[in-house]
Amino acid sequence: MFGIYNKIRRTGCVTEPFSVSDDPIAELGAACQKEIAARFSGSLAIRMVDAGSCNGCELEMHAVNNSFYDIERFGIHFVASPRHADLLLVTGVVSRHMQEALKRTYAAIPAPKLVVAMGDCAGHGGEFGISYASCGPVSNVIPVDAIIPGCPPTPIALMQGILQLLRQKREKNG
Amino acid sequence: MKQQLRGNVADFADKLAAVGIRAQESNSLAGIAIQLQLKSKDWDFAAQIAAQYNLRWSAIWGDHQPPNIVIKVLFFGADGHLLLQTEVTEESPELTTQTPYFIAANRPERYLRDMFGVQFLENSDQRRWIRHQAWAETDFPLRQDFPVAGRPLENTAPDNGYPFAPVAGEGVYEIPVGPVHAGIIEPGHFRFQAMGEDILRLEERLGYVHKGIEKIVVGRDLEGLIRLSGRVSGDSTVAHSWAACQAAEHALGIEPPPRALILRAIFSERERIANHLGDIGAICNDVGFAFAQYQTSRLRELWQRQNQAVFGHRLLMDMLVVGGISADLSEDAAVSMQNEISQLRIELEELLPLLLESPSLQDRLLDYAILTPEDAQRLGAVGYVGRASNLQDDLRRDAPYAPYDQLKVKVPAFSEGDLTSRLRVRGEEIFVSLSLLSQLLQRLPAGDLTVNYSLPDHETEGIGLVEGWRGETLAYLRLDNQGNVLRYFPRDPSWLTWQSLEMMLDGVIVPDFPVCNKSVNGSYAGHDL
Repeated sequence: MFGIYNKIRRTGCVTEPFSVSDDPIAELGAACQKEIAARFSGSLAIRMVDAGSCNGCELEMHAVNNSFYDIERFGIHFVASPRHADLLLVTGVVSRHMQEALKRTYAAIPAPKLVVAMGDCAGHGGEFGISYASCGPVSNVIPVDAIIPGCPPTPIALMQGILQLLRQKREKNG
Repeated sequence: MKQQLRGNVADFADKLAAVGIRAQESNSLAGIAIQLQLKSKDWDFAAQIAAQYNLRWSAIWGDHQPPNIVIKVLFFGADGHLLLQTEVTEESPELTTQTPYFIAANRPERYLRDMFGVQFLENSDQRRWIRHQAWAETDFPLRQDFPVAGRPLENTAPDNGYPFAPVAGEGVYEIPVGPVHAGIIEPGHFRFQAMGEDILRLEERLGYVHKGIEKIVVGRDLEGLIRLSGRVSGDSTVAHSWAACQAAEHALGIEPPPRALILRAIFSERERIANHLGDIGAICNDVGFAFAQYQTSRLRELWQRQNQAVFGHRLLMDMLVVGGISADLSEDAAVSMQNEISQLRIELEELLPLLLESPSLQDRLLDYAILTPEDAQRLGAVGYVGRASNLQDDLRRDAPYAPYDQLKVKVPAFSEGDLTSRLRVRGEEIFVSLSLLSQLLQRLPAGDLTVNYSLPDHETEGIGLVEGWRGETLAYLRLDNQGNVLRYFPRDPSWLTWQSLEMMLDGVIVPDFPVCNKSVNGSYAGHDL
């Protein structure tokens, strides 16, 4: 047990200030935290659905929860039930076998709701496009509010994408 | 300490001849020790002989070449791979099943039925497998006359009516789980039959992320093929693109330069380490031991950042091209990578004992969710799932391809087959990979990154076989006379581990299923294609 405490003490805090790119993200982060505070009572709940991803996007989605990015500090967290969610984060083209599951998950999220298509597949069809097995990009199946490009998007790009969407919504709604 | 006495494949034709089966030898595919052409009526007898000699069943795939459908099946013996091939006509495409001898053949055969319309006779399980409701029972997407666009309805119905095997009895109830799961995870369906908290039976239902990879790849050039192969399963991007490159290189009769081969192995070992780090933390986290998750996700992040800094992609996508690689390693970066390797070793030498000696963690993992060595062998489980149950196959050692033919690869294995073994084997494999990485960096020769090649002027085919982080990863490729894809089949190792999850739940309760699933960590995308 002491070994564990000792390891935690020596590892320290690795969480980074959120200002890795040129964009004034720290400012953006603070602004969006304010936005989340006002519109989502301080916490934005995300339900993710892999609608036909290769699993690359999921790996980077996991990464935003690691100690370096720690997306929860901005009040953003992932939830198990769509009933608890404010935002639906979708990866992959929508396989026809997942079409109904995606639509039902979308329907189960209480309004007002946001939908983000993560990655080139979800955004534009990527390598897979439309076929007998694939409906193509997410916007072919449910309405999409924002696309985060990348294959897969880096954790920073994912955070930027979510935060920018919140800012856009704030500006639009005054 | 090789446990199983696996037979040789070298004299397989003689073994068949001894029971009156005539097979024609061929050597059209480089990298495969023995290739035999069989009559379709001998298909199941040949499997019976393969089972007698304890070969491991590896893969089956089809190829529609009108008016025939060519079927190939791959086995693995003590001295390499054995490929059996036969043909059926598209009018009456029938073969006798190999499932009585190899349980691993069940789902792949049903996959072939759904995709090619090949009927496997005498298999009591005739249920659809990859097909849900996106195409009709009478349509076969991998037949040449089936259009890539298909004939989809605007809304594809959910696959509600799949006939799960029922369990009856007082107090028995069913729990349907998925396709959308609670966490950040790929979609699939698990049907539990439970009594109280005890799992009586689990049945997996996959195919939700079927994207038609084998169909949309047809007609692509080699560049497009390799880009797609890197997205068969995102966590195995190096493994699948290496297998596809190797298949193409065998088909074209070319060999990448030594520097490229060493760098491919560096990519591959880095991919193995990244995934094992993620899994070790995730397994512990699934029984509430968050400390491990925070530590290994920190180490994984540092590892991925090095990938980004040195090679330009955090998951190492698109690093391989046919004939070589697309990203180089500078001398400075090689030095920094050696430091990184020593640093990670120090971290893990401290961290792993903390996990293995923690009573509260081991209380949940030790002697629980056991895949017995007998069951592992019956299934022919590969990768860390096999090795945690003493099935030790590792192509880097047992059927070595360049550059592993120049290296000594240690294969860690355990015989307990419990959750702890599947955790420990990942830790041990990281240490082996760190040592391999260090050797590879020392051996890295100067030279070209790619070899020039010309496209073929005739139809040609090739197979690629590499040891990905999940295990034996296969790619079959047939190219037309301009080097465009006629047929590409990637076989993810998950096909040979998914069933193990159903076999390890004796005495396991429903709330412990997630940790069992994570300990296997099959790829949904790699399986569903």
